[in-house]
Amino acid sequence: MEVNPYEKVWMGITITAIILMLIATVMAGFGLGVQLPGASQTVDPKKLSSEPPFNQPGVYEVAPGKYQVIMIAYTWAFNPNEVRIPAGSEVTFKITSRDVTHGMLLEGTNLNIMIIPGQISEITRRFDQPGTYLFVCHEYCGVGHQAMAGKVIVEP
Amino acid sequence: MINRERTFITFQVGLALAALLVGTLLGPFQALEHSKIDLYPLLKPLISNYYQGLTIHGVLNALVFTTLFIMGFHTFCTINGLNRRLKWFGLAATGLGFMVLGFILAGTTMFLNQATVLYTFYPPMKATPWFYIGLTSLIVGSWMIGWSQLATLAEWKKENPGVKTPLITMGCMVNTILWQLATLGIGIQMLVLVIPWALNLTPATDALLNRVLFWFTGHPLVYFWLLPAYVSWYSLLPRQVEGKLFSDPLARLSFWGFLIFSTPVGFHHQFADPGVPVVWKYIHALLTFLVVIPSFMTAFTVIASLERAGRKKGGTGLFGWISRLNWKNPSVSAQLLSGLIFFFGGIGGIINASGSLNLVIHNTTWVPGHFHLTVATATTLTFMGITFWLVPHLSRKNLKLPKIALASTWTWFIGMIFFSLGMHWLGLLGAPRRVPFSTASYDHPSWHLPQALTGIGGAILLVAATLYFISIFATILSKEKAAAPIEIPIAEAEIEPSHTPAWLDYWKPWIILAIILVIIGYGPILIQMFGNINAVSPGFKVW
Repeated sequence: MEVNPYEKVWMGITITAIILMLIATVMAGFGLGVQLPGASQTVDPKKLSSEPPFNQPGVYEVAPGKYQVIMIAYTWAFNPNEVRIPAGSEVTFKITSRDVTHGMLLEGTNLNIMIIPGQISEITRRFDQPGTYLFVCHEYCGVGHQAMAGKVIVEP
Repeated sequence: MINRERTFITFQVGLALAALLVGTLLGPFQALEHSKIDLYPLLKPLISNYYQGLTIHGVLNALVFTTLFIMGFHTFCTINGLNRRLKWFGLAATGLGFMVLGFILAGTTMFLNQATVLYTFYPPMKATPWFYIGLTSLIVGSWMIGWSQLATLAEWKKENPGVKTPLITMGCMVNTILWQLATLGIGIQMLVLVIPWALNLTPATDALLNRVLFWFTGHPLVYFWLLPAYVSWYSLLPRQVEGKLFSDPLARLSFWGFLIFSTPVGFHHQFADPGVPVVWKYIHALLTFLVVIPSFMTAFTVIASLERAGRKKGGTGLFGWISRLNWKNPSVSAQLLSGLIFFFGGIGGIINASGSLNLVIHNTTWVPGHFHLTVATATTLTFMGITFWLVPHLSRKNLKLPKIALASTWTWFIGMIFFSLGMHWLGLLGAPRRVPFSTASYDHPSWHLPQALTGIGGAILLVAATLYFISIFATILSKEKAAAPIEIPIAEAEIEPSHTPAWLDYWKPWIILAIILVIIGYGPILIQMFGNINAVSPGFKVW
């Protein structure tokens, strides 16, 4: 096939770029520890109020400096909607939905996860900088979607 | 062109433009809402709130307009490229009937506020069954029209052994095959999961499995929107700038590349989903990156064709050729501006497909900012450019108010730059998508400037859409017939089809390869998910 020499150079650049992007993606995942959510436990949304752990939503210290947040998303709020932890804590969020699909995005971070009924979303992040951080529902969940938000308060 | 086919195509293009008219005029309401100017009260009682308007905007533009226009354009390129009548015309006409029914059902249920679920309609939020039946009818109708086009091609190939399929037909038919393969996902979702559940025949559904099947179709949908624009950029635009297509074989190779790589990529929309194993996310990220190859080939070939045309007309220097392209022709201007915008859309797409970067922008306003560069400009503005010769060709009238038409392309371009800049920026600052900010319970001072840009963009886009429809309606309503038939601008190629290797016109191996990649990319995970189906969600009406 007749291929213009410039085109061959261009294809070389393209393939090099793809290889570099792949390396960067793998490095971010395995080198820098930017983990995507993966296989998860399932849960029956109708039994949230009767079965642990979601029958007692809240913030729990599970070891020194390590916290677990058991959270339920529902139309149109998070429970709990305020997470208070000391700076330097490692926090694991375990979240599920009682009704439709929701999402959670914590401002200024890459804490960004879907909350799908029937699945438990699990995500761990470290909070070093004191301050108040807004988190919002980022998937359309009905006419109250724009009211669904909460705060992570990192205390000095 | 035979009258029967002309009427058939006119119906599809006409209905598509009707959907675009309603869908697009709602867009500025969303954009202005983002700068906290809530004009929705003006639309009462027709539309009761932002979410209903957003649903209508998304469904009519992204699903109804695109699918109807593309079916019409494919039909046009099939019969004009092959120079024959449409085979199985009755089937195609039935298909159009299904599409019209789908348009009416989806449109009515949305306007009645019975389906405010947005165009992604993620179960378990539950609309009236008629909404889902309407969308399914739209897709089934498009399948039938596609079968009729493929039958036409098959008959032509049988009668013309060894002759290369004309490029405009080849590109469109690859897209038809892509569509048949890609819509298996939403087809199964609708027929097996959603419709029985919406009719209360099954008590509960699996929300995650619904998302997987939706995005099985949802990403190749993006290429289904783009490939007709590429057909125009490869096969028509070079002629419109008085040049030639740079290379016929490379154009064909890129179409095959899109067919094989574009379906098994949907998990890059679900990087943030729990319940999808990480390994599948990385496999789909890899396959998404491979789509970069045909995309960059397209960029090279199209720009090379344009550059050679511009130099032939006396353009010199590194960029001097650009000014020599027929910028005064609104159809050319629309397509060149689309291509320019698409550069940024493509780069944004690579960012979205990278797992780690996706976590920063997933479900923020960045995402609609991105797809307004791709589907709402690269595709839509190109389609508008096509209508500047296609509507005259079909109606046998010259384009009226060409200066207004030209102004519509520039205002669309400028409006989209403002809108999209605002949306991308706002997304990086953490503003979620699909939120009416004027009534949100949260706000951030740093959001105000990009929010204002978004609103300004929406206002300019309203001007653009108005100018566009003024020119189109003036053409349709004009009583003057054109003196000569309006030419279909089909370009010749510098590296001609006769130099194209035969394997680039063997259809079966490429199709089989595409099917194998879909089986690899989705087979095991879908078997696993259907085997352990987690149908625990009853329906919720949340509006």
